[in-house]
Amino acid sequence: MVTTLTFVLVHLAPGDPIAATLDRPGVTEAVRQQWRESFGLDRPLSEQYVRWVANAARGELGYSFSHHRPVRDVLADTLPRTMLLGGLALVLSFVLGVLVGVLQAERPGGARDRWLGRVLLLLYSVPDFWLALVALLVFAYRLPIFPAGGIVDPVMHDYLSVGGRIADRLSHLVLPVLTLTLLSAASIARYQRSALMEVLPSDWMRTALAKGLSARAAVRRHAVRNALLPTITLAGLWLPTLAAGAVFIEKVFSWPGMGLATVNAIGARDYPLVTAGVLAISVLVVAGALLADIAVAIVDPRVRLS
Amino acid sequence: MSARATRATSFGALLLARTWRDPRSRVASVVLALVALAALLAPLLTPYDPAAQLDIVRLRSLAPSLAHPFGTDPYSRDVLTRVLFGARVSLSIAFAAVALSISFGILVGVVAGYVGGMVDVVLMRLVDAALAIPRLLLIIAVVALWGSLSVASLTVLIAGVGWFTVSRLVRAETLVVRDRDYVVAARALGTSPWRHVLPNVVGPGIVNATLAVGNVILLEAGLSYLGIGVRPPTASWGSIIQDGAERVSDLWWLTVFPGLAIVVTVFACNALGDALRDALDPRQLPLSASEDLVHRP
Amino acid sequence: MTEPLLELDDLRTYFYTDTGVARAVDGVSFHVNAGETVGVVGESGCGKSVTALSILRLVRPPGRIERGSAIRFEGKDLMALDERAMQQVRGNRIAMVFQEPMTALNPVFTIGDQIAEVARIHAGMSRRDAWAKAVEMLTLVGMPAAEQRAGEYPHQLSGGMRQRVVIAMALVMNPALVIADEPTTALDVTIQAQILELLADLTRRLGTSVLLITHDLGVVAENCQRVIVMYAGEVVEEATTATLFADAHHPYTEGLLGAMPRVGSDAERLATIPGTVPPPTAWPPGCRFHDRCPYAWDRCAREHPPLYQLGGGHVSRCHLAEEPEHRAHPHPPLAAELGVA
Repeated sequence: MVTTLTFVLVHLAPGDPIAATLDRPGVTEAVRQQWRESFGLDRPLSEQYVRWVANAARGELGYSFSHHRPVRDVLADTLPRTMLLGGLALVLSFVLGVLVGVLQAERPGGARDRWLGRVLLLLYSVPDFWLALVALLVFAYRLPIFPAGGIVDPVMHDYLSVGGRIADRLSHLVLPVLTLTLLSAASIARYQRSALMEVLPSDWMRTALAKGLSARAAVRRHAVRNALLPTITLAGLWLPTLAAGAVFIEKVFSWPGMGLATVNAIGARDYPLVTAGVLAISVLVVAGALLADIAVAIVDPRVRLS
Repeated sequence: MSARATRATSFGALLLARTWRDPRSRVASVVLALVALAALLAPLLTPYDPAAQLDIVRLRSLAPSLAHPFGTDPYSRDVLTRVLFGARVSLSIAFAAVALSISFGILVGVVAGYVGGMVDVVLMRLVDAALAIPRLLLIIAVVALWGSLSVASLTVLIAGVGWFTVSRLVRAETLVVRDRDYVVAARALGTSPWRHVLPNVVGPGIVNATLAVGNVILLEAGLSYLGIGVRPPTASWGSIIQDGAERVSDLWWLTVFPGLAIVVTVFACNALGDALRDALDPRQLPLSASEDLVHRP
Repeated sequence: MTEPLLELDDLRTYFYTDTGVARAVDGVSFHVNAGETVGVVGESGCGKSVTALSILRLVRPPGRIERGSAIRFEGKDLMALDERAMQQVRGNRIAMVFQEPMTALNPVFTIGDQIAEVARIHAGMSRRDAWAKAVEMLTLVGMPAAEQRAGEYPHQLSGGMRQRVVIAMALVMNPALVIADEPTTALDVTIQAQILELLADLTRRLGTSVLLITHDLGVVAENCQRVIVMYAGEVVEEATTATLFADAHHPYTEGLLGAMPRVGSDAERLATIPGTVPPPTAWPPGCRFHDRCPYAWDRCAREHPPLYQLGGGHVSRCHLAEEPEHRAHPHPPLAAELGVA
């Protein structure tokens, strides 16, 4: 379903990729026609679709016009970089988000809850690209603590020792990951807090208190275990959000990942890369949802033992 | 006692009263009103025209000063003016898109829930598939492949990707209400069932709409920043940031001020949406039986 | 006479809601001696559950135990304790058994864990020792194959079994007092008897006092030495079980007894008490039962009756103690006349 939608969307657009790429003086119409034929663009659309799906299933994703390399290679380069960024951000933001949500729920309505809530709401209202820009402004330009972009130092990296190289990679990771994490964490914390608030009035919470647990311990031991379940589901479904965020972060910090590649490819009308990019993300999203379902099935004893 | 047990008018009054009691909503409403006012009165608040290049030699890229509180951009346009007029663009896109998407979402949701059967299945499958692809990428793909869009088309596009969640919500509500006795009776009598469905949908719909306005502002800003939203020389908050994207460090005022405008407005939207959502929460409605009180948190 | 284990002195618990102040518990005083089982009876809305929660100070906002209330337990006033000291009482010296075993247990922990938790908190036992203790308790409450079943989750057990678990949790630290709030109401009738018997047996063996809250007079008759009848946030009668059943004084108690289904009686319909409990935000002046009482006269509407001593520990909140002649003139209660049946 998803693949169909993607394909339809991409090919509905006006404009001829060959024309765009080869729009240089000196290239005659005959040459263009030849290119079109070799890429099968002159065949009927339905045939193109079938061939594309078949190819995609085999891992053969076509040729990227703008990169002059097979799409598969482009993806092989950029996808891991985005996954590194996204993966780190996912883990960190969930840990942070859950922590903050729990801290809030220990004393609902208390000062800590209210203040954290305001901060979170503020973060939630900030555009991701803007936060990234501001972070860049402050921490890379005004206070030159972190590098302003890229994945490694373009000049020095190869001359550094192993330790130096690791440090270099790490320092380039900090700002992008942090920005992506902070914004995700804000949403997750809000979600976790409301999940906890849902279970606080439960009877078994009252039992826990009647056993002599302090409110704080009751929340941490009993409520969290229960409220973690919907959060795990959320983790699986978080990928679309991360993907969107990653696009901006990669642009601001010039992180050569898949989000950036896809956006640039769209500008260059590089259809194969665009469709492959969107497809890859969609696959990841579906996989994420599946994993989340499995994870919940494992963790929730009611599901596991039924 | 559930919110639905009361009649629509008293429900509306109760909702308003409960929301107004919440300090968050009062502050947020005031802020939003101010922003909207500033947008409306933009031409009165500034002597400059947002597209006017004042003096490309001497007045470009100036840092904030008394004459130009938000500085000027590389085309020597006054940034404060552009921010004020940008408010018009960003806000109108947001309100229009939300209005469109909520209406469409309600329509689809009610149809799917009410008619059921094949129609329902097909519609919901479509919604699910569309939800799998990140909204941003959908828009990016469509916008970039189609070429540049007018503001109107952009608005329609944003609305076009925003109605999914609403339709899901509305469909769920419709399903609940459809099988209630009074609706069955209404159908038997031949009167329209919409009267019964709509009041239940209004509450969550309002919450959704308020939060959606904030989200659309963020979305439009992001798109404009990437260069595929609002096109120059039109000013929207996102496009102003785009103007300064190349030289973030030097022309920091092009990034900071529109961004702050966005944050303040979206924060107000979110705070108001939260307050509305809390006011709708049936658990906070007054209770009568004292034994129930034992189980409250 | 030895000091009672638990003594409530003018307990008031009020709830501050949007619709007004609900005086759920409005000046309740009674005591429980060591080794006794005392029943608290009343229909829903009379404040008995809130009383139970108040003893353990588990009442949450908007509810509050009012100043001036005293809850003396083992010589100390629980109202004077700070939260930490209170935590050491809960589950340890006073334990509670709740009404709904299905929801009272946390679904994501094993039952063994949940019982062991009590031992870990209060006795500082290691995980292994606490687990062994949990198994021991499960055996005590009659769970077959305790060793294995300790590793099961609540949803895998039947209602009766779950309630046994809850009882096991309550008795781990051998508390001096167990408060059982309608422990069998949510269970099947056949299981009810089993659970009550278990509770009675264990508490007798361990010498535990029990405060048994129920709306079922039959339960009280079987298990309690003394009974307290509550209505509209107050104690309206208190007596030994024998006295109450033989010689009830308060018209409300009479009504409750009359409403009990009795095998072998030739009544065609159960006698009910006409009218309903007034809302706790607006207790009527005078006697709170007067509009449903078949003996009420003008004094009852005006003057709120105190607890009259009837001798031998029997008390009753009814003006009939002073003017018993009105008992000879029963009439349809006001509520029935108003058509509020």
